[in-house]
Order: sequence, then structure tokens, then C-alpha cells
Amino acid sequence: MVAPVVLVIGVIIGYPLVRGVFLSLTDANEANVERNIGVNHLPATYKFTGLDNYRAVLSDGVFWDRLGWTVLWTVGCVSLTFLTGLALANMLNRTLRGRTFYRLALILPWAIPAFISVFTWRMLYNEKNGILNKLLAGGGIDAVPWLNDPTWAKLSVIAVNVWLGVPFMLVALLGGLQSIPGELYEAAEMDGASAWQRFRHITVPGLRSVSSTVILLSTIWTFNMFPVIFLLTRGGPGDATEILVTYAYRLSFIDSPRNFSESAAWGVLILVLLSVVAVVYRRALRKQGEVW
Amino acid sequence: MRRGIRGATATALVAGLALAATACGGGDSGDGGNSGGELSGTVTFWDTSNDAEKATYRKLAEGFQKQHPKVRVKYVNVPFGDANAKFKNAAGGNSGAPDVMRTEVAWVADFANLGYLAPLDGTPALDTTDDYLPQAVGSTKFKGKTYAAPQVIDTLGLFYNKKLLKDAGVEVPKTFEELSKAAKKIKAKTGATALYLRGDDPYWFLPYLYGEGGDMVNARDKVVEIDDGAGVKAFKTIKDLVDSKAAVTDATDGQENQLKALKDGDVAMAVDGPWDIEGARAGKAFKDKKNLGVAPVPGGSSAQGSPQGGWNLSVYAGSKNLQASYAFVKYMSSAKVQQETNEKLSLLPTRKSVYDVPAVKNNEMVKFFKPAVDGAVQRPWIAEGNSLFEPVKVQMNKVLTGAATPEQAAEATGNAYRKLLKDYK
Repeated sequence: MVAPVVLVIGVIIGYPLVRGVFLSLTDANEANVERNIGVNHLPATYKFTGLDNYRAVLSDGVFWDRLGWTVLWTVGCVSLTFLTGLALANMLNRTLRGRTFYRLALILPWAIPAFISVFTWRMLYNEKNGILNKLLAGGGIDAVPWLNDPTWAKLSVIAVNVWLGVPFMLVALLGGLQSIPGELYEAAEMDGASAWQRFRHITVPGLRSVSSTVILLSTIWTFNMFPVIFLLTRGGPGDATEILVTYAYRLSFIDSPRNFSESAAWGVLILVLLSVVAVVYRRALRKQGEVW
Repeated sequence: MRRGIRGATATALVAGLALAATACGGGDSGDGGNSGGELSGTVTFWDTSNDAEKATYRKLAEGFQKQHPKVRVKYVNVPFGDANAKFKNAAGGNSGAPDVMRTEVAWVADFANLGYLAPLDGTPALDTTDDYLPQAVGSTKFKGKTYAAPQVIDTLGLFYNKKLLKDAGVEVPKTFEELSKAAKKIKAKTGATALYLRGDDPYWFLPYLYGEGGDMVNARDKVVEIDDGAGVKAFKTIKDLVDSKAAVTDATDGQENQLKALKDGDVAMAVDGPWDIEGARAGKAFKDKKNLGVAPVPGGSSAQGSPQGGWNLSVYAGSKNLQASYAFVKYMSSAKVQQETNEKLSLLPTRKSVYDVPAVKNNEMVKFFKPAVDGAVQRPWIAEGNSLFEPVKVQMNKVLTGAATPEQAAEATGNAYRKLLKDYK
């Protein structure tokens, strides 16, 4: 009965994974892999090079630079997204007029294809003609080089990613909040617990299982969040906003011939890093008595 | 993306199915050819012209159908920025590649090196090669074979707003130093910034580099040149222009921002190419078309030079309709089409004979750009030619934002080149 599952997993996960690991141990690039173009048949001429790619990547400062920024980006995005989502979920977890409208409005960023939102943001951020700077100019403030200064560009990409990520957090946490029995709050109120105490001792523990899951998922997504960075800044200015995955993309798609093997090595390293994070995180949760 | 795992799985499945479907769908009957002496079938043409040009190109391409009623031309406009990657994905994956593509001059050697292009020597695509300008032919050759037909040639020039310069009482600058000196006057008298400096596109770095007597690489002797003194000076020039506020720049969207700044009269000058002539003339600063002046790109401390660019037409080696594709290339690079392109868009022909046509000869933009093209610097026509740009782009961004000094930038670019070009010194 599990045969179809095994088959599908084997085809869509297993094969690409094994192939990627294999490529990372070779010197394959666009010019030496097998191709059939019209009547031309070009045979594969790449060879096995062992761990050379990994050695090259790990001894190059670029990898460590990019890793540093990627970690900062991930931690920044996930914490801001989570806190904003939590605050908004708490606000919406009450009966108020037009609640459906607010919920819909907050889910809107989720409903728009990411690349469209990112392009819109890019227009807003345009230093010379963008609305953001026009608004600032109205308030007598100098134009901000949103995407043209390394620090501003970093803040800008984080802002967009948070904007894109909040709805997911909001929905997940709202679901979590609604599963906490109202009686707990009533009882606490009778005992004279303040709003902060109720939040601290009922809401936070009640949300733990939901939040631990969404934080882990969000970490993995953000770590590999290609479209926001690529479409907004192409990793620029310079390489200021380049995270590990966008750099791997640059290796295999921008230079010619495309360097499949080194890019694959980056991919494998990213996978290893994320697996380590997931395992450590799970351990930490288990220590707190969380079953996940 | 945020729709996460389920979405991704679905996409992967759909992609897998699509792949399977195309794999089975091979062996299409698209023989096309000229079996009965008459061409038939479909020619898919990827055009990379910009928004101001594409309507004209579509019309020209579809004009082919009048000569060959049984051929259907499928015109697709692919934005220049995506075209290289899109073609490689399609050509390498054997699905969705066009029969004919308008290929940037630096891409030809690259695509040919990877086996993606059909050689055109001895095919109907190249009828009279003697008619082509020699420098236009340079970029179509790779390892002794011809892989493209030249369609348009271009180089960079200095576009200037005659009125603004006149109001400021300055001459058109001949060097970047003169430009920098004139900048204060222009700002004081007209409020406009002197120059828009494309900080987002490495192609625009070349005049600064050539102006110092440098080059990216010397392909003949296999030497990386960018990290010698000229490269450092070139990075310093762009940094100084921006720091002194003689120029404004951007790390993104430079094409749109530059054109808009020029059209609106916010900048007095911009380094640009013939492809933006029509676009610029549409702006409010050039309601009087004569207000747009074009001069040679300013020189540096030791020379003056701008890169030779342009577009070629190449045929995909896997095209199922090679005969019709060759004929289409011949048509699109013919004297008649080149003349029309010039009349409508002021783009520069690659055929000597077209320059003899009075309407072309007297075109004001041709009058300027033809001598400029004749003096333009040919780029290294090597397979990695296009890849030489990315490191420059990263470093010029870094220099302009203060993240690297000109010395560090030149050194980093040189190192990147040596990594890319393994047998270079």
C-alpha cells in the first residue's frame, strides 16, 4: 500500500537529491554535460573530482560572508514576522466589528503571487521615482537610497519578507489562539491575573506547539527565500543582500558555462545546514517536554 | 512560496508531467523545409528589442510571411535582461527554444561554444558577407565558423539636452574631467544634475575603463588587464563623479531611471545608445526633437573609447525548421529590413550598402553614431565574454556605495576573471 508513496518520493525527492550530491562531486558544467541539440549529440565529458568543490567552497571567504548575512537575515525575518503575527493574532482574536474584513485584508499579501508583490515593492522603493521617497519628500525628508545602499537594502529586503510572511504566522497563531479554552482566561481573570499575566501564563504555553512548528518552518523558508532577494535587489548593491541560495543561483545560472557542480555543492551544504538546525531545534523542544 | 510544501510538491509534479509530455511529444512532423521548393512551417523568433522598438520589429518579422505565405512567424518579445538565461534553459533542456533569436553580440561565442547554434556558413542565411561592416562580422565568428548574421550595430554616445547645456553656458564635455567641472555650473544655472551614471550595468563601465587606456582582458595574449592601474582609475572616476554630485546613480532599474531622468530634464546628460533615441524623444524635455544632442562618450585621462555592441541573428541548432529559419535570418538582416529599422528607430545598419541610401545617410543619429561605431572598441569575442560583466557589476556597486575602494574592486574583479578564465595570466 505504501508503494505509490515510496515511488513518488523516490521520483520527486530521491532522484534529484542523489543526482545533486553526485554532481557536487564532479566538475560538471554546462559545457561538459551530455546534450542533444538537433542533430548534434555532445557526450558527457565531466569527471569525478571527489571533495574538491567542497574544499574550494569552504576555503573561500565568500561562503562564510554569505552565511553570516543569511543567518542575520533569517533570524531578523523570523523574529519580526513571528512577533508581528502574534500581536496581530491577539488583536483579531476578539469579537470586533468587521473582523472578517480585517482578516481578509491581512491575508491579502498571501493571495498575491509573491513575484507581483515583490515587483510592486521594487517600484515603491525606487529611489528617484518611487512612492516611498515621494512621500518622504512631502514631509521634507531627503530621499532614502532604499535599494542603493548596503544597509538600507538589507533593511528593505527584510521588510518585504516580513510583509509577505506575516499572514502565514497570523493564520497559524490565530488558529492556535482559538484552540485555547476561554474558561482558562475567565478563571484567571477571577483570580485577579492582569492582562500581561494571562498572556504570559495562558497564551504563550497554549501556543507553544503551534509556534514551535511555524518558527521552524519559517526559518527553513526564510533561509532559502530566493524570490524576495533575487527579484528585489538581485543580491545587490554589490553582493550586500546575497544569501546562500541566491549565490548558488549566480554560480549556476549567471556565469557561463554554468557551473553545475559548484552550485550543487552549495546546495548540499545548505541542506546540511538546515538539517542540523532542524535536529538541534527538535532536541531543544524535546528537552522542554514538547512532543513533535 | 509561503504556500509552502504542498504548493512546491504540486509544482514539482506538474513540472515532471510537463517534462514527460514534452519528451513523448518529440518527433514532431515540423520538417518544414523546402521539400516542394517552397518554405513552410513555423519560425519562432525571439526578439529582444525594448518597449519603444518592439512594435516595429514585430511588424518587420511578420513581413516575412508576405514573401513566404506558407511560413508562420511566431513573434515573441523576450526582455533583454532575461533572454540569455531563458535561451540557455530552453536550448539546454531541448524544449521551447526559438528557431531564430536576436542575440547580443557577446552571447554568440558563448552559445556557439555550448553547441546551441547552427553554423551559417554556406547556408542561405548569409548571402553576401562582403556587404557587412567588418567590425560587425567580428562578433559572429567563433573558432573559424560563422554563427550569426549581424543585424544592428551600436555603441554608446553621450546624449545631452542642448537647452540645459546652453542655459548653463557650458560646452559639451570631451572628458569626464570637463564634465565634472561643468557640473556645478549646470546645477547652479538649471537645477539639473550633470550626468546620470548607470551604476547598475557593467557595460556602462567600459567607457571609463577604455578612457584610462585599459581593457577587461587581452584575449590574444590571454592576460587579465582589469586589475592593472587603468581599472583602479576607472573605478575611481565613477566614484568621484557620484561623490561630487556631478552624477546621480542607482544600483537597480538604471535603464528606466536614466531614461526618465533624461526625458524629464532632471539630468543634462546621459551615456546611452541608439536603442534609446526613440524613447528619449518621447519625453517632455525633447518635445522639440532637435533638443537631443549626441556626442562621443567623454574620455578619461589617456584615451576615449566606447564599447562596440549590437545584435545578431542566430539560428538554434535544434530548430526543426532550419531552411525557413535561414531564410528568415536572411530576410531580417537584409538591406531592406535594415533600412526600415533605421528609418523607424534610427538604429544603425550593419550593411555598408544601406549607408549609401540617402535617407539613412542623412539621418542625424546615423551621422553621429556611424563614426562613433567605426571608432568603437571591439570586445573580446570569447565564450566567456558575457560572463566578464557580472564581477564588474558587483564591484561597481560596491565602489559606488562605499563598500569597497577602487583598488579592492579592481583586484576582486581581476581575481574573479582568473577563476573564470583558467588559462589566463
